[in-house]
Amino acid sequence: MSTITDKSQDTTTPQSETHHEAQDENPVSVSGTTKSLALGLLFGIIFGFLLQKGGVAKYHVLIGQLLLEDFTVVKVMLSAVVVGMLGIYSLYRANLVEFHIKPTRLVSNVIGGLLFGCGFALSAYCPGTGAAAVGQGNFDAIAMMAGMVAGSYVFAEASGWISRHLDPIGDKGKLTLMDLLPLGRTAITFGTAALLVVVLIVLELTTTR
Amino acid sequence: MIQTMGLTFLANVDLLDYSGPAWSPYLVGALIGGLSMLTFYFSNKPLGASTAYARVAGMLGNLTAPQHTSRLKYFRDNPPKVGWELMLVLGVMFGAFIAAWSGGELTGRLLPLMWQERFGADSGLLRVVVAFLGGGLMALGARMAGGCTSGHGISGTLQLAVGSWIAAICFFIGGIVTAMLMFA
Repeated sequence: MSTITDKSQDTTTPQSETHHEAQDENPVSVSGTTKSLALGLLFGIIFGFLLQKGGVAKYHVLIGQLLLEDFTVVKVMLSAVVVGMLGIYSLYRANLVEFHIKPTRLVSNVIGGLLFGCGFALSAYCPGTGAAAVGQGNFDAIAMMAGMVAGSYVFAEASGWISRHLDPIGDKGKLTLMDLLPLGRTAITFGTAALLVVVLIVLELTTTR
Repeated sequence: MIQTMGLTFLANVDLLDYSGPAWSPYLVGALIGGLSMLTFYFSNKPLGASTAYARVAGMLGNLTAPQHTSRLKYFRDNPPKVGWELMLVLGVMFGAFIAAWSGGELTGRLLPLMWQERFGADSGLLRVVVAFLGGGLMALGARMAGGCTSGHGISGTLQLAVGSWIAAICFFIGGIVTAMLMFA
């Protein structure tokens, strides 16, 4: 349908070829796309740099976390969550960002989460830290990245079935803690952040790494 | 029982003999939290890594079996293309290289030392197969759950999303049980 209207417009406009080339993206949004890709690359470089410096691209650090003997991964994650939670809340209050809440689907969250955890232990890398591990020179992480691509295609094969049979079970939509607790966003944000800081302090006092 | 298995393992290999993080994990975490503010503000996107692999899978599918691929629900809902997420993962590889190179931590080896100590120096093929299977399970799990350690574990939990907290806790339950079995 859209091609028909495009063609009828093409015959009336002199720059028909460029118009056809960019039927979805006018020149402004093309440069917008390039900017978005460049930002993605820049943020990725920073992310990868930090993951490697945080030691979470190392096999023994990740496995050590799952064996509950090296708490580096949890320390990095919870510190990121505390700062990000307070920071993004502040940006939200200043109307500078919007939230991107993923839906709560109890069965898919739990089964998917457990499968992910199993694969996490087998490869000892997660999707982000595995990419960082490749950059660091861990060649086994290349196999993990190839497995991720293959597994994504397997999921796509099953995606119709999963969305019909598993996703609807316990589908609560974009549920947040604000929907569960009789408190406002401010109280819950600061309360959760405070709780996580306590957990971090306990970890610092009770673990050697 | 889990405790005993952990202790048995400890008797064989002391994890703390291996190198830890170069920087304080709290500092690194705080900076990643700051980075997530930047991605929300400048790119209107949460940090997340797993989607990139699905984009690549879809693009490879479009090359090899375009008709079949275009019929799959996931790829109809999420058309495969080079986007922000894929650039992010490419950047992660490059950024980690810079970090490892600058810190003298480039490894350049197939078998991680700890794996080698547990499964032997001739376990290269086993490692490749296990890492590939692990990646496959992670992709399946991440797509079912809706995200991975970064998408749910950091970006989702910091937005107080209930499903993200559930998924993140399940990541660790599944991971802890599997790791304990592997290294028991």
